[in-house]
Amino acid sequence: MPFIPHTDKEVRQMLDVIGAESIDDLFDEIPDALRCGSLESLGDGLWEQEISTLMQEKAREDGQPLCFIGAGAYDHHIPAAVWQLATRGEYYTAYTPYQAEASQGTLQLLYEYQSMMTELMAMDVSNASLYDGASALAEAVLMAVRANRKSKSRRILIPRALHPHYRATVHTLVKNQGIELVEVAYDDKTGQTSLDDLNRHKGGDFAALVIPQPNFFGVLEDVDVLAGWAQANGMLSIAVVNPLAMALLTPPGEWGPQGVDICCGEGQPLGAPLSSGGPYFGFMCCSQKLVRQMPGRIIGRTVDLDGREGFALTLQAREQHIRRSKATSNICTNQGLMVTAATIHMSLMGAEGLSRIARRCHGNLQLLVGKLTGLGEIEPRFSGSVFHEAVLTLPMETRQVLRTLAAHNVLGGFDLATHYPELGNALLICATENRSGNDMDKYRLKMEQVLASRRQGACATMAKFD
Amino acid sequence: MLIFEHSKPGRRAQAQAPSADKPAGIPEKLLRKRKPRLPEVSEMQAVRHYTRLSQKNFSIDTQFYPLGSCTMKYNPRACNSLAMLPGLINRHPLAPDTHSQGFMSAMHELQEILKEVTGMSAVSLAPMAGAQGEFSGIAMIRAYHDARNDTGRTEILVPDAAHGTNPATAVMCGYKAREIPTKADGDVDMDALQDALGPQTAGIMLTNPSTLGVFERRIKEIADRVHGAGGLLYYDGANLNAILGRVRPGDMGFDVIHMNLHKTFSTPHGGGGPGAGPVGVSERLLPFLPIPMVGTDGRDFHWLTEEQCPQSIGRLSAFAGNAGVLLRAYVYAKMLGAEGMHRVADYSTLNANYMLKRLMDAGFTAAYPERRATHEFIITLKKEAKELGVNAMDFAKRLLDYGMHAPTTYFPLLVPECFLIEPTETEARESLDAFVDAMIQIREEAKTDAEKLKGAPYSLPVRRLDDVRAARELDLHWQPGEDQA
Amino acid sequence: MSNTPDNLKYTKSHEWVRDEGDGTVSVGITDHAQELLGDLVFVELPEVGTQLTAGDECAVVESVKAASDVYSPLDGEVTEANEALADSPEAINEAPYDNWIFRLRLSNPAQLDELLDAEAYAALAEED
Repeated sequence: MPFIPHTDKEVRQMLDVIGAESIDDLFDEIPDALRCGSLESLGDGLWEQEISTLMQEKAREDGQPLCFIGAGAYDHHIPAAVWQLATRGEYYTAYTPYQAEASQGTLQLLYEYQSMMTELMAMDVSNASLYDGASALAEAVLMAVRANRKSKSRRILIPRALHPHYRATVHTLVKNQGIELVEVAYDDKTGQTSLDDLNRHKGGDFAALVIPQPNFFGVLEDVDVLAGWAQANGMLSIAVVNPLAMALLTPPGEWGPQGVDICCGEGQPLGAPLSSGGPYFGFMCCSQKLVRQMPGRIIGRTVDLDGREGFALTLQAREQHIRRSKATSNICTNQGLMVTAATIHMSLMGAEGLSRIARRCHGNLQLLVGKLTGLGEIEPRFSGSVFHEAVLTLPMETRQVLRTLAAHNVLGGFDLATHYPELGNALLICATENRSGNDMDKYRLKMEQVLASRRQGACATMAKFD
Repeated sequence: MLIFEHSKPGRRAQAQAPSADKPAGIPEKLLRKRKPRLPEVSEMQAVRHYTRLSQKNFSIDTQFYPLGSCTMKYNPRACNSLAMLPGLINRHPLAPDTHSQGFMSAMHELQEILKEVTGMSAVSLAPMAGAQGEFSGIAMIRAYHDARNDTGRTEILVPDAAHGTNPATAVMCGYKAREIPTKADGDVDMDALQDALGPQTAGIMLTNPSTLGVFERRIKEIADRVHGAGGLLYYDGANLNAILGRVRPGDMGFDVIHMNLHKTFSTPHGGGGPGAGPVGVSERLLPFLPIPMVGTDGRDFHWLTEEQCPQSIGRLSAFAGNAGVLLRAYVYAKMLGAEGMHRVADYSTLNANYMLKRLMDAGFTAAYPERRATHEFIITLKKEAKELGVNAMDFAKRLLDYGMHAPTTYFPLLVPECFLIEPTETEARESLDAFVDAMIQIREEAKTDAEKLKGAPYSLPVRRLDDVRAARELDLHWQPGEDQA
Repeated sequence: MSNTPDNLKYTKSHEWVRDEGDGTVSVGITDHAQELLGDLVFVELPEVGTQLTAGDECAVVESVKAASDVYSPLDGEVTEANEALADSPEAINEAPYDNWIFRLRLSNPAQLDELLDAEAYAALAEED
């Protein structure tokens, strides 16, 4: 019996102690009509070798394509030590640190994580993480509505240049509380959130303005102006940032005259593998005065009975297990294991390492954009400066280009047609430090062939070039 | 010692940083002026520090961990190594279907497996944790009523013994949570339920077995009454381990359920996440399932999104939920097969009833002595608190000295001085016996030296911590300079 | 045994009320309430100027393991909140009747008569 240690003899002895004839007897309080059948459609269990073969087949089927997609999930190098340590049983198989004395490893690590995030974001406090970047933004929106004492508004200004899946997720998670998301347009030329459009809302009653850095197009926002605008208009500001970018760019705590009120984002670039979109982790920091409105676990440093330093969950009165229907959120845990990886990752990289990775990614993007625009028919869509991701305009349908490239094992980027039809044949590309010069040359070559076959009027879709 | 205290300016884990140029094309005013003060340590220092920290944790791999309502069963290592195969772990979430058939076939099969074991009509794997599964469930109930223009339903009923996430979730979905009392035998008070039901009832949230560790015997009648009032039934899958392969929530009359794969399907708890909280629904809630899901034309697999599911409650994450956790659950389910599923409920129930009987024989008080234990049970230490002056927390802390994680204490709130104990099916009889023996021993210690117990634990990295100080004098992060003077 | 001064009025939800004789009252939580909650770590105060109806939630007292709403005992406007409690919530544990949480200007002083006297409240607290 996989994972069950009982011998037949033990089962008999245990039943004798209980005073039951059989295991069936232990279910005698359950009405007969409710007992279920044999579940035979599930088939027989596989032994470890069989399931290994099956999974290896599935993994092989998906191949190892050359990936130039970013769009919120980034293929970064993760030091070998990170997951070797994070999957130690003591981290991997522990639960939420309810018994603080028996969880000092996890608790201290989370305290170190909070310390690193407050430094990286230049904010006062950090929680111990939320589920992912998109749901963290939803929690930030709910928090802003609770916390904005100047405004009773339940409306939030949210840029169209924010990740479309983030906007959709926030909508799902806040709409039942009557919170309305009002879209702010982007500037068609620069790709930045449009100040003109924002100014239409001047004097309007909103709880908060969301400010991405960089935005979904990779374009850098004029964050000082946006944060200042929010403050001048009585709104809280919510930053949504790429944490790796913050090793290079001005952090949210230093935006505008006073810094932002809340900042959040996707922690994936800090040590989480792509893994089909999860598990990642959402991070959240805020100013000191909002700490009691923050959702999620928070760790504090304190002392034990002997005066020794130790770590414990704190500010628990915000949480569902105490406040029940009045809690700041229904969230119960965090993404502990992902944060374990992130904390080890940040320790190994340090500020200098993260900054170098950020610069390397950015440099790679510049190279790739140069190679592709060098082909003549491809142009950058926006004039705004970018970080490690950019939008290109293609001379033909993006979907068709991507399909052909994929047939050659190159994932050429993210097609913006569904979410931004107004951009025409637009493609969002990314080149992390994991893409070499050869990789980019291969991309350029394949793209050149796609464009050439189009000029020749051939059906490019499934053409074989190699 | 904090990692920051190992830090020296200018020291680096050189192997982890490439050379890089100054960033071109980024305006000076957007560049960071001051570097974040992250640790500056060597690779070995980091490895040693985090290895040592790990040794300060109790975990399933190192200790018996009978934390009630959390299902701390063995997490098979194969689930981890197979979910981390290169082709799976490097797959970009937005990779085209042509490069995703392997992954999607596993997700589709997992949807089918979960449908079968729960008796529901369809499953979405999108929710990233139990609490998100709960949210999805109640949001679907709301979407269902709204779609029928039945907008007068404003209340979700919740038993008073329920987990705190239940009422918090109802509020997140714009409902009022109304509590239903529990009877002395642990079942829902049917008269109170009848009084609470009405045209304002949107639904009820139940766990079965309940958080009291007993099976709700009149579940069918509850289902009939709630449905009769026009409400829907939500099943909180917290205790699914108790009935896996024995009873299906769908057959009990539930309209929507969530499952905690980190409990029932043995994915790791990871020190508090990541989890996964898939939802299953009956026919009538099918259009509202959260996206994305995996569909198939019988040969190939594809994503189901807004386009195919226009009535969906929507997205819950940037991508497709906690895919890596789902893969681990898939491996586990495939290793169990049909037979293995049955054994989960059988042996977790055997272990719990055995422990309960032994504890009762030793003179401890069961909260519901007339009832069968399910996969977990409650004892109350009220008598010990009164007679010996040591409470449940003292017992819990002393158990740590005996090398066992404490059970869940002071939950559910209904039972004073309680221990909620869940041994799980993967524990051998020796662990169960050792726990009971430790409880007996601790009671003996209490008789001779109660004060000593109040100071426990003694053998862990720290003794009891000053929670009051932690909350009054908030110290939530290291201050640069505090230890580098 | 908790302390219940005779010169104050009380509510079933464990607030005490002191008539200041100028149309205002001071409100705090009782000795019995602070005992039940344990060491307080935070007090969330109402905003001055808020109009309250008897029974409205208007403040929160938190201990490590619990959080409890404070309800307005009477109709009125908040004229003062005891900001000193922000830094020293433990003052309520030490002297619950010396440390009011907020003051109200009453809009319906007759309601004072509907509150519990010390004897009635002490009996109620006994049952807890």
